[in-house]
Amino acid sequence: MHNIYLYILIMAAVSYLIRVLPLTLIRKEIKNKTIRSFLFYVPYVTLSVMTFPAILESTGSIWSGGFALITGILLAWYGKSLFQVAVFSCLAVFIFELFL
Amino acid sequence: MKKENRLCFRKGLQHGIPISLGYLAVSFTLGIAAKNAGMTAFQATITSLLVNASAGQAAGFTVIAAQGSYLEMAVMILVANARYLLMSCSLSQKLSPDTSIIHRLFIGFDVTDEIFGMSMSFPGKLNPFYTYGIILIAAPGWALGTCLGVLCGNVLPSNVVSALSVGLYGMFLAIIIPPAKKNKIIAGLVVISMLASYLTARLPLFSFLSSGMRIILLTIFLSAAAAVLFPAPEE
Repeated sequence: MHNIYLYILIMAAVSYLIRVLPLTLIRKEIKNKTIRSFLFYVPYVTLSVMTFPAILESTGSIWSGGFALITGILLAWYGKSLFQVAVFSCLAVFIFELFL
Repeated sequence: MKKENRLCFRKGLQHGIPISLGYLAVSFTLGIAAKNAGMTAFQATITSLLVNASAGQAAGFTVIAAQGSYLEMAVMILVANARYLLMSCSLSQKLSPDTSIIHRLFIGFDVTDEIFGMSMSFPGKLNPFYTYGIILIAAPGWALGTCLGVLCGNVLPSNVVSALSVGLYGMFLAIIIPPAKKNKIIAGLVVISMLASYLTARLPLFSFLSSGMRIILLTIFLSAAAAVLFPAPEE
């Protein structure tokens, strides 16, 4: 039988090291144009990949998830705040699943 | 605290609210997974406080449930959380070079998809106090949701859980869509990323990839391709 707290400690330590090493070791601005561009694009790719198709699977049906996706994209496109986009996406699912 | 720092801190607290609510819903389901792995509410809650990673914790709970080795746990967390390594590299460039080591150690505690995304959308160089504001609101939501999930997993009606769980994705969209509207390269990249993500998730050819691995590989490959084809994006 393994010690549960040792498990938790390993989870915490590995997670922390992954996050903190780049932040502390890379102190200077990176000059290389390609690396800079790469790091510039990383957040957009990661967030896109994580959003789709996961959003379709996160709700009761792919239709309500798809409805939330379209709602979110439209609201964000027309400049609504982060909070509004998040809340109205949730509401979209709730209402969609209530009626359909 | 200097006035500017205080303002950034307050803005962070504000922006942390939707994150916290989203976390509450997501970590609630994580709490149910922890309970199924045989953990108590206390154990699951401190795990959430210390680890702050949805996919990572879910992966970790499966190791605990299976009573895997400690080495297996370490490797599992490394793979499931490897995208944070990339995010932290990006984030290191968002910090002013004279940001102290203390700030770097604190920020590193809670680099998550959402907090990273918000921190990157901060205008100009990142003020650490903005991130602290977000963490202070978001991290308790994460821990509380986990705790509630263990204690009362099946009380919330399923349509409420279902609705709450898209909140995180709504937030992601609010981060990526406005820059995509202004910049055609980002717009194209967002569309291609989503298509590639869909294909790799659905095609049997790629079914051997875990979802964490899929995210890492796509991020590296697509960002590298974009960096080579379209260097020097406006920043």
